[in-house]
Amino acid sequence: MGRVSVAPIEIERTESAEETFAVPEPDVPWVTLVHNDPVNLMSYVAYVFQAYFGYSKDVAHKLMLDVHHKGRAVVSSGTREEMERDVQAMHGYGLWATLSQDRT
Amino acid sequence: MGRSAGMFESLKGGGAAIALDEIEISILRSLAVQMLELIGPGEPEPAEDADPLAALFTEGPSEPPSDPALARLFPDAYGSPDGTGDEGVDPVELKARAAEFRRYTENDLRARKREDALALVRSLDALTPAGDGAAVLELTGELPLRWLGGLNDLRLTLAARLDITEDDESAALFRLPDDDPRKPMVMAYLWLGGLQESLIETL
Repeated sequence: MGRVSVAPIEIERTESAEETFAVPEPDVPWVTLVHNDPVNLMSYVAYVFQAYFGYSKDVAHKLMLDVHHKGRAVVSSGTREEMERDVQAMHGYGLWATLSQDRT
Repeated sequence: MGRSAGMFESLKGGGAAIALDEIEISILRSLAVQMLELIGPGEPEPAEDADPLAALFTEGPSEPPSDPALARLFPDAYGSPDGTGDEGVDPVELKARAAEFRRYTENDLRARKREDALALVRSLDALTPAGDGAAVLELTGELPLRWLGGLNDLRLTLAARLDITEDDESAALFRLPDDDPRKPMVMAYLWLGGLQESLIETL
């Protein structure tokens, strides 16, 4: 809903086409995932979320706990280029991060 | 001097300070130098008549480093470890995206980590130790953050060497007998963790 399709080819997709691998869709947002690791200090991870993303202490702490307990957390979302920038920054800090297209 | 041993404390007016003894200075310096050797030299300075634009287009590697410590410092940007978010995406495509990202980012990332390790070495070399070899290290300006990154890289590297991959695995490592060859590295790893923790508290 609310998304205007300008690609009529979408409707003509056959069943066999659905079996092929997904291709990046320009209008679906990307996300930066930070993954848990046993080395980075919890205080350091929370610090990085505050310092880089500008999140409040509470938000940064909650995201850090999500990483720690759930194994990963979505820390930002946006265009592919923006997420590549965020992932590179996370790697700079030594955090383990990847980006992927948000299909949820 | 009134500083508690081995921990960073806030400096009035910003920054952090720590009292280090001769052995601590020597261990920190040695680890930072090893980090520089691990990361390797940067791109050679271009010749004077070289096209200045050429450097902008110098591509980095497309394959992940084979050394486990370097692979942890420079991980793939695409392909989450448990496949989260990558459902239905061709693994070959993921690998191609990771390779392309690496070509355009790894050299910059290596440069940053080299700068952080160099900052550690330089600030240790600038110390004027007392007769017993101890000194107070004062970090101001950008140095606390350089040290924060540098200490974290050292811990990531030691953890890769010690094969610390699970949260609870490290607990077993902490109970090694004194004659275990990994013991000194484990002690260094724990010590650096304490240093980093105390440095974060000063920020």
